[in-house]
Amino acid sequence: MRRGRFTGYWLMLPAALWLALFFVIPFYSLLATSLYDPEGSVLTGYDVTYHFANFVDALDDFWEPLLRSLWYAAVATAICLVLGYVLAYAIAFKAGRWSSLLLVLVIAPFFTSFLIRTLSWKLILADDGFVVDTLQFLHVLGDDSRLLATPVAVIAGLVYNFLPFMVLPLYASLEKIDGRLIEAAGDLYASPSRGFLKVTLPLSKPGVIAGTLLTFIPAAGDYINASLLGSPNQRMVGNVIQNLFTSTGDYAAAGALSVILMAIIVAMVMVYIRTAGTEELV
Amino acid sequence: MSLAADRASRSLRLTALTKEFATFTAVRSLDLEVPAGSFFALLGPSGCGKTTTLRMVAGLEVPTSGSIHLGDDEITYEKPYRRPVNTVFQNYALFPHLDIHENVAFGLRRRKVKDVDRQVKEMLALVELESQAKKKPPQMSGGQQQRVALARALINRPEVLLLDEPLGALDLKLRRAMQIELKRIQTEVGLTFVHVTHDQEEAMTMADTIAVMNGGVIEQMGSPAELYENPRTTFVANFLGQSNLIAGSVASAEGDVVRVDMHGNQVSIPAERAHARSGEGWVGIRPEKVLLAPAGEPIDAPGNHLTGGIVTDVSFVGVSTQYLVQMPWGQELMAFEQNTGRRAVLAKGTKVDVSWRPEFSFLLPASQDVNAGVLEEA
Repeated sequence: MRRGRFTGYWLMLPAALWLALFFVIPFYSLLATSLYDPEGSVLTGYDVTYHFANFVDALDDFWEPLLRSLWYAAVATAICLVLGYVLAYAIAFKAGRWSSLLLVLVIAPFFTSFLIRTLSWKLILADDGFVVDTLQFLHVLGDDSRLLATPVAVIAGLVYNFLPFMVLPLYASLEKIDGRLIEAAGDLYASPSRGFLKVTLPLSKPGVIAGTLLTFIPAAGDYINASLLGSPNQRMVGNVIQNLFTSTGDYAAAGALSVILMAIIVAMVMVYIRTAGTEELV
Repeated sequence: MSLAADRASRSLRLTALTKEFATFTAVRSLDLEVPAGSFFALLGPSGCGKTTTLRMVAGLEVPTSGSIHLGDDEITYEKPYRRPVNTVFQNYALFPHLDIHENVAFGLRRRKVKDVDRQVKEMLALVELESQAKKKPPQMSGGQQQRVALARALINRPEVLLLDEPLGALDLKLRRAMQIELKRIQTEVGLTFVHVTHDQEEAMTMADTIAVMNGGVIEQMGSPAELYENPRTTFVANFLGQSNLIAGSVASAEGDVVRVDMHGNQVSIPAERAHARSGEGWVGIRPEKVLLAPAGEPIDAPGNHLTGGIVTDVSFVGVSTQYLVQMPWGQELMAFEQNTGRRAVLAKGTKVDVSWRPEFSFLLPASQDVNAGVLEEA
């Protein structure tokens, strides 16, 4: 067979098609939606009028849920990192022959729908549920305080739902660490805590970066937790976008807000990766 | 923390040290004293307990019983990071996320020593790696990584430096070069080195004292020449080089000579080399001490003279020729003759006489396994 000048390009075709189908076309559609004439409606139809003011309007109207989303996602990611690190560390170094079983248990919640699991948290955190009762008995919560419809419930839901995405990459990077390196640190006068800070933690950095990204990005766009466990006061940007698209039919604002969220996340991720260092990631 | 910054190092003493694992005993009641400043080798086949012993000294393994002392201080249960002992690990265990400079600086930084950078530079100069300070370990060759591992341990000036098969991953030529290098550095810095190896040649090249370990106990301890020339067990005789071991029975033991009847031949062995004084025994003689001559020609080694041998195998290896000689009682003896040119290489099938000087032979008790240590020889 003759190798033409364009063979390389032909070989790129499957990947290019894949990207076109699953990234370029949807993204183009979203971008076009964000530039619709805001006067359009389901009845009158929508026109792309390059109405860039949509972005300004969306920021004006919805800066609060936008900031709240980033804040909740950041807090949830931080909590996931601490909990996930402890769990992944225990599975990687302390669990011995139980480690495979524990890993299966980490993934086990995925066997049930995301929605069902979040709904069951609604029951767990309910006003007359045992969690609230116990906390009230211990005077952690006041007699008429509740958990549902508070930031605590929404963040707890986010932590619960995204914890496995933190644990798995952390485990993968911790498990790869050669135990002799930790022995060597001890041999070289590092106490166990120093050894952890100077050897284990830096070597698990690829897992930390992957885990925080896999948790923060979906958490920032999530709307299920805020809608099931929160109240309008805990509204996140995902709820706003969902509402604009499905109830009010304000496609232009919804599109603009989606693009803004995407741009913010991409910018934050790039800054994060720059500062954290990525040579191991790519 | 008590660390040996400028203090003179002290001797390392292991007393009745024992380590039992769930299914086997790795080290049995080991007693050992390593004098300060010496180059000490623990030599033995894999599974003999030498690495476990080393790890107990490093604090990476907790002894089941017994004690470890540095001078008068007991360190048996001291945490590894509090011992003035450092290790050069097998496969080096260099920190892949730190460059060479920081790898070497690791111990000093943990101890909050001043003047780290200057010391690291000096240490890298000692191992001839000054120009590589900014590289990361995976970018270096095996020999370079080995030197980094050595520098990283040495810079802490430990009272005892432990080396766990440090040259095992290097090819033969590099290994020879590093053996000489290690010995030079040890002489230069004057620290106590405890070197674990299964390579008898490596142990003999470098160590002042060798302890041969087998099955969790020390078979024999002494200078390389002492162990080689006067082994006390068949294991040492076979593991350290090669030996001809010939069955015989003691005929008389008077004064400083033991006479042994060996398949009808009378041979004599100096009393201080006879580790059996009556009954059956193994007469041992190193192959290079065995002299050959065509039958009837004179051999310049009076004393133990055997006739009736036939050369059954000849292999020419350049500096020497290795013969197998079948004796009248069926056993094949090994003989290494230096190729000095004084005598032509003997052909296969030649009838030969065999002889050796009595002062080179030794006698071991027949109760010991004649094949102990043979298979383990690398």
